[in-house]
Amino acid sequence: MNTTTEGMELVYEKPDTLTETPMHYCPGCGHGVAHKVLMEVIEEMGITQDTVGVAPVGCSVFAYMYMNVDMQEAAHGRASAAATGVKRVLPEKYVFSYQGDGDLAAIGTAETIHTVNRGENILMVFINNGIYGMTGGQMAPTSLEGMKTSTSPYGRECSTMGSPLKMTELIAHLPGAYYVTRQSVHTAAAVRKLKKALKFSFEAQKQKKGTCFVEIVSNCPSGWKMTPLEANDWMEKNMFPYFPPGDIKVPNELK
Amino acid sequence: MSTLQREETPKLMKGNEALAEAAIRADMQAYFGYPITPQSEVLEYLTEEVPKRKPNTVVLQAESEVASINMVYGAGGAGARVMTSSSSPGFSLMQEGVSYLAASEIPCLLVNVQRGGPGLGTIQPAQGDYFQAVKGGGHGDYHIIVLAPNSVQEMADFVFEGWRLAEEYRMPALILADGAVGQMMEKVYLPKDGSLPHQTAAWATTGKPKGRDRNFITSLHMEPDKMEQVNLHLQDKYRKLRKEERYELFNVKDADVILVAFGLTARICNKAQQLAAEKGLRVGVVRPITLYPFPYDIIASLAGPNRVFLTVEMNAGQMVEDVRLAVNGKSPVYFRGRMGGMIPNPEDILLEIEALAEKHNLVNQTVR
Ligand SMILES: Cc1ncc(C[n+]2csc(CCOP(=O)(O)OP(=O)(O)O)c2C)c(N)n1
Repeated sequence: MNTTTEGMELVYEKPDTLTETPMHYCPGCGHGVAHKVLMEVIEEMGITQDTVGVAPVGCSVFAYMYMNVDMQEAAHGRASAAATGVKRVLPEKYVFSYQGDGDLAAIGTAETIHTVNRGENILMVFINNGIYGMTGGQMAPTSLEGMKTSTSPYGRECSTMGSPLKMTELIAHLPGAYYVTRQSVHTAAAVRKLKKALKFSFEAQKQKKGTCFVEIVSNCPSGWKMTPLEANDWMEKNMFPYFPPGDIKVPNELK
Repeated sequence: MSTLQREETPKLMKGNEALAEAAIRADMQAYFGYPITPQSEVLEYLTEEVPKRKPNTVVLQAESEVASINMVYGAGGAGARVMTSSSSPGFSLMQEGVSYLAASEIPCLLVNVQRGGPGLGTIQPAQGDYFQAVKGGGHGDYHIIVLAPNSVQEMADFVFEGWRLAEEYRMPALILADGAVGQMMEKVYLPKDGSLPHQTAAWATTGKPKGRDRNFITSLHMEPDKMEQVNLHLQDKYRKLRKEERYELFNVKDADVILVAFGLTARICNKAQQLAAEKGLRVGVVRPITLYPFPYDIIASLAGPNRVFLTVEMNAGQMVEDVRLAVNGKSPVYFRGRMGGMIPNPEDILLEIEALAEKHNLVNQTVR
C-alpha cells in the first residue's frame, strides 16, 4: 500500500510521555487508556521535566516501562508513602501515585488514609477494577457483593468477607483531601472528563492545595472472565450503581 | 573515620541525641520515623531542632515503620540524603522495604537501637537482631552495611561514616546500636556541620529533562537471567565492600583467651580483660565494628593452638556463628550470653575466662 500523509490532517499522535514499549495489558483493559490519558495531560501541560510518578504492585507494576517520565516502582500498597517521600524532598515537582484497589484500598489502606490526611500535595490515581488482576483474579476490597472470584468462588458474602470498600468516599471526609472524584475510561466522553479531572489535579498541586484523588472505575475482562464489551457493559450495570461516577469533593473554584 | 572533622570542645549528650545532632550536621535532607522506646529521642530531638536550624530539612512522623521505610525509598530514590530510625519490633516491620532499598540500590541510613525480644519483648538493651541485620533480615539475597557503635561518640561518628559508605556503595547502611548506647550520656566531640557534602546522583528520579532518558527506580526483573545478573552485580558489590571491614584489637598478641564482642558488650569485655590481667591472665579482645562486612580474616589470623575464643553477646548466640566460621576449628570457640535485656557483667565474664583457662590448661602458662 502506498501510504502518504500528504494533504492529511494529523488528528492524533502518541505523546512523547509514552515510551515505544508495547503495553502488556489484556485486550480491553482500562489500564492502558488510563496511562495514556494521564501521560497526555502531562505532555499537554508541559510538565514532563517536573514530574515524578510512583507505580504500584499490581497489573500496572510496569507503568514505568510505558510512562516516559521519571518513575519509581514502590512495594505493594506503599506507593503513596513513596510518593510522600519524593514530594517532601522535591516540593516543586509534580508527583503522582498510580495504584490498583488491592494496592490502595487493602494492603495500603493505612498509607492511603494518612497520605490524604496529611494533605500531601500529590495526585493519587486509583484504578478500581473490583478484583486482583495481577495475581489472577482474587477478591479485592472493592469486589461487589455476590461477585465470584477465585477466592470467593461462591460469591462475596458481606457478612464474612466485608462489604465492598468505598475508599474514595472515605478519604473525601479528610480535611487534607482537596479534590476527590470518580471517573471512568470506557467511552470517549468519559475519557474527556477524566482528562479534565487530571488537569485540574495537577494545577491544584502547583498551588499546594492538598491531595487530589482520582478514582477510575475500570474493568478486568480477564479477571471477570468476559469479553471487553461484556466487561464494560457489566461495569456500567453493576459497578456504577455502587461506585457512581462523578465528583465527590469539589473545591469552590470548580463549582 | 580518620578524616572526620570534629569540634574541639566536647558536649555531654545521650547516644540517641548525639546521633540525631550528627544527622543534622551531616546535611540530612529528610528523616521519617515512628516512635518506639528506646530510640524515640531521635525523632523528638529532630522535631525540636530541625525547624529552628534547617527549615528545609524534612522531618516527618509517619503512621508506621512500614510507611517510614517506604518514604525513605521515595526520598532516597529522588536523590535525597535520608534516614529512619527505630527499635527492634519496628525494624522488623521495615524489612520488606529494606530488601527493596537494597535491590534498587538506594543509599540511606537506617538505625536500630535494639531492645530485648522476641515479640514485644522489653525496652531494655539487647543485641538479638544481629542475624536480622547482617544476614539479610528481609527476603532475597542482599546485605546492608552494618556498623556497631559502642559509645556516644560513635553514635555521632557513624552517622557520617554510614552515609559516606551508603552513598559510595549505593546501598543502605545500618547503625546497629542498643538501648544502652542509645540512652547513656557521655562526652562527645560532635562532627562539624557541613563536613560531608552531598550531591544528587545522576540516577535519581528528579524529573526528566528533555534529552535525557527517564530515570526509574525498580527492583522488578521478570526475566530470570536479568534477575540473576542483578544478583551477580549485588554480590560483586558486597565482595568489594570487604575492604571496608573495621575492627579494634586489644592485647591480642600474647592472649590465651580472646574475647570477641561488639557494641556495648565490647566495653564490658574490656573491663573483664582488665580484671583478668590483675589476676595474671592473658586476655585479648577483638571488637568487630563493621558487622557486615564481618572481619573474618583478622579473627582467622588469630586462631591457633593453645588459645581459646569466648564470644560475649546480649543474645542467645548469634555473632558467635561468624566467629566459628572465621576460627574454622583452629581454636575452641565458646559463648557467653545474656538475653531479654540483661547485661552481662565483667565479673561473670571473668569467672568464665578462669574456667576456660583451667579447662584448657592455660593457667600454668599465664600465671607465672
Ligand atoms: C507484600 C505483598 N503481598 C502480596 C503481593 C502479591 N500481589 C501482587 S499484585 C496484588 C494485587 C493487585 O491487585 P490490584 O492492586 O487491585 O491491582 P490490579 O492488578 O487489579 O491492577 C497482590 C496481592 C505482593 N507483591 N506483595
